[in-house]
Amino acid sequence: MRKLLGLAVLGMVLLPAASAFAADPTDGPTPLQSITSAGTSFLTAVAIAPEQQVKVSAVTGDYLYWQFPATAGQRPELTIDVALPATGRSGDHSWTVEVFDGLRRRQACVGGEQSPVAKTTDTTLQLGCRLRQVRSWAEPWDGDPLPGTYYVRLSSTELPEKDLGLPLDVTLALKSPTGDTGADQGELAAPLVPNNQPGKLLASAAPTTSVEPEEESSFDFSMDWLPDFSSRWVWTVAGGFIAAVTGLIGFSWTRRRRRV
Amino acid sequence: MIHRKLSIVTATGLIAASAFLGATPAHAEPTSETEPPVVELVLDVSGSMKAADIDGQTRMTVAKRAFNEVVDALPETTQLGIRVLGATYGGDNKRLGCKDTQQIVAVGPVNRVAAKNAIASLKPTGFTPIGLALRETAKDLEGTGSARRIVLITDGEDTCTPPDPCDVARELAAQGTDLVVDTLGLAPDEKTRKQLVCISQATGGTYAAAQSEEELTDRIKQLVDRAAVPPPVTPATVQGAKDCATAPLLAAGVYTDRELIGEHRFYRVAVDAGRELRASVSISLDRPLNRDYGVLVKAATVDGRELVRGLDAASGRSDVVSAGLRWSGDEEPALAATSDICLVVSNSFASATAAGAPGMPVELSIDLVEASQAPDAPGLGRGFLLLFVLAIAGLVAGVLAGWLTRWWVATWREN
Repeated sequence: MRKLLGLAVLGMVLLPAASAFAADPTDGPTPLQSITSAGTSFLTAVAIAPEQQVKVSAVTGDYLYWQFPATAGQRPELTIDVALPATGRSGDHSWTVEVFDGLRRRQACVGGEQSPVAKTTDTTLQLGCRLRQVRSWAEPWDGDPLPGTYYVRLSSTELPEKDLGLPLDVTLALKSPTGDTGADQGELAAPLVPNNQPGKLLASAAPTTSVEPEEESSFDFSMDWLPDFSSRWVWTVAGGFIAAVTGLIGFSWTRRRRRV
Repeated sequence: MIHRKLSIVTATGLIAASAFLGATPAHAEPTSETEPPVVELVLDVSGSMKAADIDGQTRMTVAKRAFNEVVDALPETTQLGIRVLGATYGGDNKRLGCKDTQQIVAVGPVNRVAAKNAIASLKPTGFTPIGLALRETAKDLEGTGSARRIVLITDGEDTCTPPDPCDVARELAAQGTDLVVDTLGLAPDEKTRKQLVCISQATGGTYAAAQSEEELTDRIKQLVDRAAVPPPVTPATVQGAKDCATAPLLAAGVYTDRELIGEHRFYRVAVDAGRELRASVSISLDRPLNRDYGVLVKAATVDGRELVRGLDAASGRSDVVSAGLRWSGDEEPALAATSDICLVVSNSFASATAAGAPGMPVELSIDLVEASQAPDAPGLGRGFLLLFVLAIAGLVAGVLAGWLTRWWVATWREN
């Protein structure tokens, strides 16, 4: 009975994981609607998805914001093309693309041209940013990329004052390939998604009687038991097979000697 | 035992489901209850609009055509108003000319015919009282909508200073929490451009220059469309205190405040055992600042012991600088029980010109979620070393089992 239940538990873990791989949003043929706008602040950032076409007209000096979701194991990568204003530029423009996590903490780009400079003669400019692999868990005082919302800000950091306000076009492409999640341990209880509700001032230390924790603690308890499907499962199960085989080999050695 | 196992099974399934669902929606915002946003176009009809330098036509003609096109393309839901400045007084008396601003279309769902007629009757006439027009527009929009945007279209700088329109804009932004001024310069000269950039920066808006009719039409349409999308949340206004003892106690949500250069602002948050505090702070750069700057947010105990900090620094042009932090009491048994945590927001800005102006806009976002547990050692392994160790262990176990069997069979046969 216990064995059966154990198998059932294993199945429950493996099935959702398998279906998640099957239902990868990138493989569907459904074309996503293209995005033609950008936000002007963290709050108004326009949501985009991987493989979604983003083409926006803007002007020099604009701060353009987008946001996208990422899950553990993904390595989001941004590629941005800027068609610079054809006339009216009087000097070099420094551009930058910055990525922030759901807590508006700056995230490092480990690949791509993050802060290029456009010479006066250039007509286009390419920017790129590849993030580190999103971790499933991190210490609270750690800056690792975590599952949740990510913000993208595209802006020019240095440009001649008189070049402000000239029209340009921006094309953005986001890719989020999934890597192996097996290297990670732990689970973030809630993704880093901003809680966009109006704030409320409390008169005094309101006794917030939380009923949830008891329920929640059993959730955590179960997660400690069974990690999600990852390459570790494959290695461990393969190791078990090899151990069984070598066990049989060892056993046969002793028997053969006895016969001879 | 069976019940416990079963509950684990369901719990695991639920967690797997929630993990996949939870990551995809960006946020569940309560937009249904918020009012639609409002936008008012402010058009300069001063004498300088007579200049015929846009594709060989006067600025006024081009602006009128652009407005007509924008009115035609307006989404039905947009709440729009139109105000003009310098449209009626043609004399030389500055005092009278600088009071010349009227609302020609009241804020609300747009009556296209009426709006077009009002636009058609405009003639470039008088002075350019931008400061006053901004004040009046702010009054027009008072008490309406969840977000208020002003689109200011002008071809020349304010001819009625003082007051400097940039100071007026900063003052208006400091009064309300959600007033944004986008500016559009029609073939602007250097002075106009500087003034418009200053106005848009002071209110968190954008600036664009239009050299042709197409550019003007496209940009106004873009600004009106942008204004029609309500922000996900209207932040609550809060005033941080000078120390932790008197600091306001905040629940989860988004807040807005103002902080002077070099000022420290304190807020308190009650964090229960097993909960994690998440806070992010953004300070908008609403004025010219020295080149390098930074923002720091610290979580501390009520008696001043620092727990964790988030910080960011940058240099050059930017609209906002932000930092965030996470903290949970699990690592601190002494603080694990319900305790007030102090958040201290400070900045390292320096400004040569506007240091004494009202404080800089601060956006504070607080969330309380379930604390994440530090993971145990991995339950599963990986790598060739693991396979090797398991293979050797299997081999040794097999040999031992073989010997045992041999010994056991031998003794059994003897008996």
